[in-house]
Amino acid sequence: MADFFQNIPFDLLLIQTVNGIVTGLILALVASGLTLIFGIMDVVNFAHGELFMMGAYLGVVVLATTGNFWLALVVATLLIAILGGALQILTLKPLIGRDPLNTILATFGISLILQNFALWEFGPVSRKIEEPIGAYFTLFYLQYPWYRIVIAALAVAIIGGFWLFLKYSKFGVWIRATTQDRVMAQAMGIPVPWVYTGVFAIGAAMAGASGVLFGPLGSINHTMGLDWVLKAFIVVVVGGMGNLGGSIAAAIFISLLEAYASIWVSPAQAVIVSFVVLILTLLFRPTGLFVATPK
Amino acid sequence: MTIAPLEKTMPVGKTRLSHATLFWGGFCVVMALLIVAPLVLPVFWAKFLTEILIWGLLAMSSDLLIGYTGMISFGHSAFFGLGMYGAAGALLHTSPPNLWLAILAGLAGAAGAALFVAYFSTRLRDIYFAITTLIFSQIFYVIIFTWTSVTGGENGLIFTRPHFAIPYLFDIRFTPPVMHWFVVALVAGSYLLLRRITRSPFGMVLQSIRENEARTRAIGYPVQQYKIVSVMLSGVFAGLAGALYAIQNEFAAPDFVFFVTSGDTVIFNVLGGIGTLVGPIVGAGFFQLLRELLSRIFGDQFPYLIPLGMVFILMVIFLPQGLLGFARRWLNK
Repeated sequence: MADFFQNIPFDLLLIQTVNGIVTGLILALVASGLTLIFGIMDVVNFAHGELFMMGAYLGVVVLATTGNFWLALVVATLLIAILGGALQILTLKPLIGRDPLNTILATFGISLILQNFALWEFGPVSRKIEEPIGAYFTLFYLQYPWYRIVIAALAVAIIGGFWLFLKYSKFGVWIRATTQDRVMAQAMGIPVPWVYTGVFAIGAAMAGASGVLFGPLGSINHTMGLDWVLKAFIVVVVGGMGNLGGSIAAAIFISLLEAYASIWVSPAQAVIVSFVVLILTLLFRPTGLFVATPK
Repeated sequence: MTIAPLEKTMPVGKTRLSHATLFWGGFCVVMALLIVAPLVLPVFWAKFLTEILIWGLLAMSSDLLIGYTGMISFGHSAFFGLGMYGAAGALLHTSPPNLWLAILAGLAGAAGAALFVAYFSTRLRDIYFAITTLIFSQIFYVIIFTWTSVTGGENGLIFTRPHFAIPYLFDIRFTPPVMHWFVVALVAGSYLLLRRITRSPFGMVLQSIRENEARTRAIGYPVQQYKIVSVMLSGVFAGLAGALYAIQNEFAAPDFVFFVTSGDTVIFNVLGGIGTLVGPIVGAGFFQLLRELLSRIFGDQFPYLIPLGMVFILMVIFLPQGLLGFARRWLNK
């Protein structure tokens, strides 16, 4: 046992901590979109991972034509927001008032279409987004890229901005009112159906933005959506359903665990760690790890 | 039958024939067609039909959860895959390979996986059940994909088809028609068994859970135990489909444990009509035919899932009962 502890490479551990927090913040951004859509509309968005993937691909396309990462981030986010709004109007609006299980089927259909569209349009070869910032700083013996830190900061900024938007803007107040009581909100003159569309567009935009942000960290392919939506689902369950703060904490927690696990096992197997966290959560705290104990 | 409430509505349209005569008559006609099929159809379409029946069995097993217990499973690929690998493992490690042992091993593998999944995921309801079954099926996928020494990893397991034998009686080789009849017999048997289960008192409790879980619990039924048993039953039938698929194609591959299989299963159910048991088989046939048609018209590279996905969404919105939804009451009577 003592031998095991002596063999832990502490520098590696620190690097993986930074890596884990960076991916955790991107995951938090994906999961907050999912939680937002679920909390307000009772819709489990199965297509969330595909919106993430489409965001990444749009980032690749815009970057290739304009050469500017920041422009790509903004354009891809806006386009995914429009796509999300359109999808909501076309497929989810007719399902309002039906069993929520119908919406999971409809969004599953959307994810099939988007995934196969991406395969058809961009082919099976993985793409990559160039790193937007070339500078490095020294972390032990390693040259750690600044852009990862910038990406993490951006994810925090988007989540923070979204929180301010919910708290102070008119539309934010509408969203919160609809969450609390949709019938009353409608009675007070809030256009609830449009709030739904707006919320879906915002959630989609968050997925799209995280797709572009993730671009420089890994490879982009048409199957990446499933990995991310699964992780986001785990985060949402572990963090406590419909709980924004809990999701963020759970996202960082799970990403850190996976980052540490991948010191010893291959990344494909490191995924098992988050599954185990999910099982343990279901066994001992089915309401979520990061929520107060229900009375 | 012993269960009264559903039996009271009698009208079977204008015909004077009783429901039972019509039902069993129809059943015999369909069976006769299926039995004759491999003798008259070209080789390709005969195999196509056999596979549709196997996919239909998988979809039918999932219907027990979706249509009768009211739980959508996105994890049936795990049961199907364990059935496949169980059968493959038994065929590779016994000599001479024994068909019945392979099927038993497949059923045991699927039942084990189903027990594991059921124990954890029935703690959650509705969409969370769907998500956790999906996540559990991914666990099995990752294990099968990375445990190369046992499962063959990415390459899967390849074996030769065993003989169709009953000791002391006969021993023949599995020609395509024999395989087809074997599949027809097992699928028809499973259908009758599942039909019996859904009409039994146990099945009535499952339907009561679908209609109103809180009330079922209040009456005093141990809801979670019923759910665990229904997930396990469903998993065992899915495992049978997996074992049959493995024997039919002489391989077990990790692709079939992947989420796509579970997704297809759900699509078959929605297309064909949930809560009918035969609907999912029709859905599987419809899906595979449409896919074959599209790839014949537009070529192999055509992303057939885009139009199929659109059909799927349109059906969810406009025809949530599925193709056979109109006959749901009649089929369950």
